[in-house]
Amino acid sequence: MAETSTEGTGTIEALSLVPKAEAVQSMKDFKSDQEVRWCPGCGDYAILAAVQGFMPELGLAKENIVFVSGIGCSSRFPYYMNTYGMHSIHGRAPAIATGLASSRRDLSVWVVTGDGDALSIGGNHLIHALRRNVNLKILLFNNRIYGLTKGQYSPTSEVGKITKSTPMGSLDAPFNPVSLAIGAEASFVARTIDSDRKHLTQVLREAAAHPGTALVEIYQNCNIFNDGAFDALKDRQQAEEAVIRLEHGQPIRFGADGARGVVRDATTGDLKVVDVTPENESQILVHDAHATSPTTAFALSRLADPDTLHHTPIGVLRSVERPVYDTQMADQLDSAIVQNGKGDLAALLAGGDTWTVVG
Amino acid sequence: MTSQVSSPAEQADGADSTLVGEQRKPAGVKDVHRLDRVIIRFAGDSGDGMQLTGDRFTSETASFGNDLSTLPNFPAEIRAPAGTLPGVSSFQLHFADHDILTPGDAPNVLVAMNPAALKANIADVPRGAEIIVNTDEFTKRALQKVGYSASPLDDGSLDGYSLHPVPLTTLTVEALKDFGLTRKEAERSKNMFALGLLSWMYHRPTEGTEKFLKSKFAKKPEIAAANIAAFRAGWNFGETTEDFAVSYEVAPAATAFPTGTYRNISGNLALSYGLVAASQQADLPLFLGSYPITPASDILHELSRHKNFGVRTFQAEDEIAGIGAALGAAFGGSLAVTTTSGPGVALKSETIGLAVSLELPLLILDIQRGGPSTGLPTKTEQADLLQAMFGRNGEAPVPIVAPCTPADCFDAALEAARIALTYRTPVMLLSDGYLANGSEPWRIPDIDELPDLTVQFAQGPNHTLDDGTEVFWPYKRDPQTLARPWAVPGTPGLEHRIGGIEKQDGTGNISYDPANHDFMVRTRQAKIDGIDVPDLEVDDPHEARTLVLGWGSTFGPITAAVRRLRASGESIAQAHLRHLNPFPRNLGAVLKRYDRVVIPEMNLGQLATLVRAKYLVDAHSYNQVNGMPFKAEQLATALKEAIDG
Repeated sequence: MAETSTEGTGTIEALSLVPKAEAVQSMKDFKSDQEVRWCPGCGDYAILAAVQGFMPELGLAKENIVFVSGIGCSSRFPYYMNTYGMHSIHGRAPAIATGLASSRRDLSVWVVTGDGDALSIGGNHLIHALRRNVNLKILLFNNRIYGLTKGQYSPTSEVGKITKSTPMGSLDAPFNPVSLAIGAEASFVARTIDSDRKHLTQVLREAAAHPGTALVEIYQNCNIFNDGAFDALKDRQQAEEAVIRLEHGQPIRFGADGARGVVRDATTGDLKVVDVTPENESQILVHDAHATSPTTAFALSRLADPDTLHHTPIGVLRSVERPVYDTQMADQLDSAIVQNGKGDLAALLAGGDTWTVVG
Repeated sequence: MTSQVSSPAEQADGADSTLVGEQRKPAGVKDVHRLDRVIIRFAGDSGDGMQLTGDRFTSETASFGNDLSTLPNFPAEIRAPAGTLPGVSSFQLHFADHDILTPGDAPNVLVAMNPAALKANIADVPRGAEIIVNTDEFTKRALQKVGYSASPLDDGSLDGYSLHPVPLTTLTVEALKDFGLTRKEAERSKNMFALGLLSWMYHRPTEGTEKFLKSKFAKKPEIAAANIAAFRAGWNFGETTEDFAVSYEVAPAATAFPTGTYRNISGNLALSYGLVAASQQADLPLFLGSYPITPASDILHELSRHKNFGVRTFQAEDEIAGIGAALGAAFGGSLAVTTTSGPGVALKSETIGLAVSLELPLLILDIQRGGPSTGLPTKTEQADLLQAMFGRNGEAPVPIVAPCTPADCFDAALEAARIALTYRTPVMLLSDGYLANGSEPWRIPDIDELPDLTVQFAQGPNHTLDDGTEVFWPYKRDPQTLARPWAVPGTPGLEHRIGGIEKQDGTGNISYDPANHDFMVRTRQAKIDGIDVPDLEVDDPHEARTLVLGWGSTFGPITAAVRRLRASGESIAQAHLRHLNPFPRNLGAVLKRYDRVVIPEMNLGQLATLVRAKYLVDAHSYNQVNGMPFKAEQLATALKEAIDG
């Protein structure tokens, strides 16, 4: 991949308070001096390259960009970005990033997390970050396995998964991160794949432009402990049938020559996949990422088969405008000053009933 | 009144000064007795408004200029079953014409709004004291509910007390008959009737309470008027009824206080103000990440009202997120705080460890309560000291500061902030339920008396590589304080990554090198050990052989006990620790000067454990863990035994 340099757009509302870079940036500017220590062949390399390649496009002062992560393979990510960064503790990155983003609106704050970090130990923080709609971009690397602890099943692993901790197969039903995020009132939810650089970059672009919390699930291959987990979506032939590429305003069609499509079942209201015919072509659902109701986005997220991954939608499932937490927090501070004047410490301390002792 | 005697043992010398205050004197011709101090306890059902009654009496007393100390005591349930012993809520107030230190051991006056309140409190009330009971509530059923087979008002069991049976409910309803309220609504003002009666008995100023009621019920003027009428009716009842033949004057504590302007303040309010002051003095925005927990929530409530000071309060989804958000804000350059109690500290431990590793300033305010587990949420204890000291994985030293009185919470917050900001470290502040809810007069400081807490963020490179390149090293330390630079995002050229993995000295890069880890562990410890804390002051006028050493909220009871002992001719030295980690440098030398060291604590000997371990001193523990502060008399007895060996 050539290292591209792009002029900053400077018009993204979500980043309007973040200072712009003085000079044109390149991918190289975002590479830190640290040796990358993921296993050779790990999907994380592709994501790192895509993010480093995309950042110059934002044109932000890189000292105003912060990557915060939890614990796990993916959470080493901040060390490799030449921005400010914090590699924190397991599951807590969304909480830490919330404090940072809500107290520093001049920063572009990114969270890097994994399926274990975000959905097991940190599940609570993830859902609350999503419902609050803090100005955070959360990149959830989902490899459906615990890598750093060497191969136990994760909360996104398929039922029956044989791992070191589940020799007779895992028993618990997996989370669908996109469904979970939509259920948690997320204002922006997207899914993409590590190996599809172009798609990944486009999703990052839309996430960065979104005011509020954006959750991007990135299917990421762990070639050591869960190799090939997403082959159904990557193999050119299989992918045609398995992947549903969503584009806002476009009919939801996939398969060879768009032979398949998604329609609403008139009897249940649910969505289903059909072969497209001249008769039903007009009924093919047109994707509306900006729909106020999350219902259809949720239904789309349920099309995927958790075992085979057939009918997996990728792209932006939901992107709606909702009040942003840190903006509102700042507004409250401003209106408190309008209402009560700027805080006067002496007056505060001397408030209430007082009495005086004179010498 | 035999019980309302002066206790010169608790008096202190003070500079001559006069006080401006107003008291409301009864108009009648009844006898007026002068007292030097009084202890009143209001007790009733959780729904009877006893805390409010106590608060108002306290405000009246404060505005009059008495010294005072309060002890609110209430159940964890919002509305425990009515009329039961567990549902009793009380408020004790000690006020005096001189300097006092505790809410008092034994009430001179008990106001019991129902049989449960009488039964739950009578054991603390010495014979001779006055007891005012609401006779309307002494029904057969209510008596049975708490196990009285006969009414204690009639069976002679209260002989020896000065009993005032008052039909408080009936009188209140009667006084409000023209207000068009239902009986139930009118009855709710009976606490104001009781407050009016007590205000008459002790010549308290009344304007403050009337003003308070008008503002509290500004949207319901008829309720405000009814409460004021009940309050006045209580006053007039005292003035006219023959049952109350005497009223009492307690002069302002004119000589007890240095000159200045004073207000009454609770520990939690003082902590809140201390944090706002620290933020102003440091010129850093204040960020509070917190999850509601008794008895710390009032700090969250209070700080959320001061957004015009740039204060951001974040009510998190849990304790972990509360401190996590605070740590994130600290990374961004805020003065970051999290407030909690013991169970919350347990949840925050991992993040405190991260803050130790990141070496960022962070305040953790632990308002201790009875433990373990949920324990006694509304009762006091100081059993989190070892948790604060050691409750983390690895070698993770954290400085500990403990306020000793409600008003001292203000200064303790500033001191904790000073340490956090100077040494770039999380700091634990250990308050407790007694300090949090108790109150006392506070001399309002001038702003220019407050310490300068300004910090310098890193601005540029701080290290030159061998090849001459200027670089920024996030873990290159100040040689004096061993603090690392605080480089906040937004500073060009200082982009760096920090984390919980061991870091290479200087560069801060990940390092698993054994020697480096050994060095970093020792360096982090040395930084905390080297914190500059003032020497321990010892109060020892008579070259005593026994030292009593305390920390935290036991200051009041210990000092009162020491005064009693000295008044009766005993020699005892007293010292009180504000810094629990590191200890003052002279502590070891101080301990070795005495034959005996006694450490009273509201735990099973946690400070004693630390002191014994560090100084090899045979410190003797005196412990109480019943959810209540020590009583001065009890401590005096224990200390006397120690003196006598």
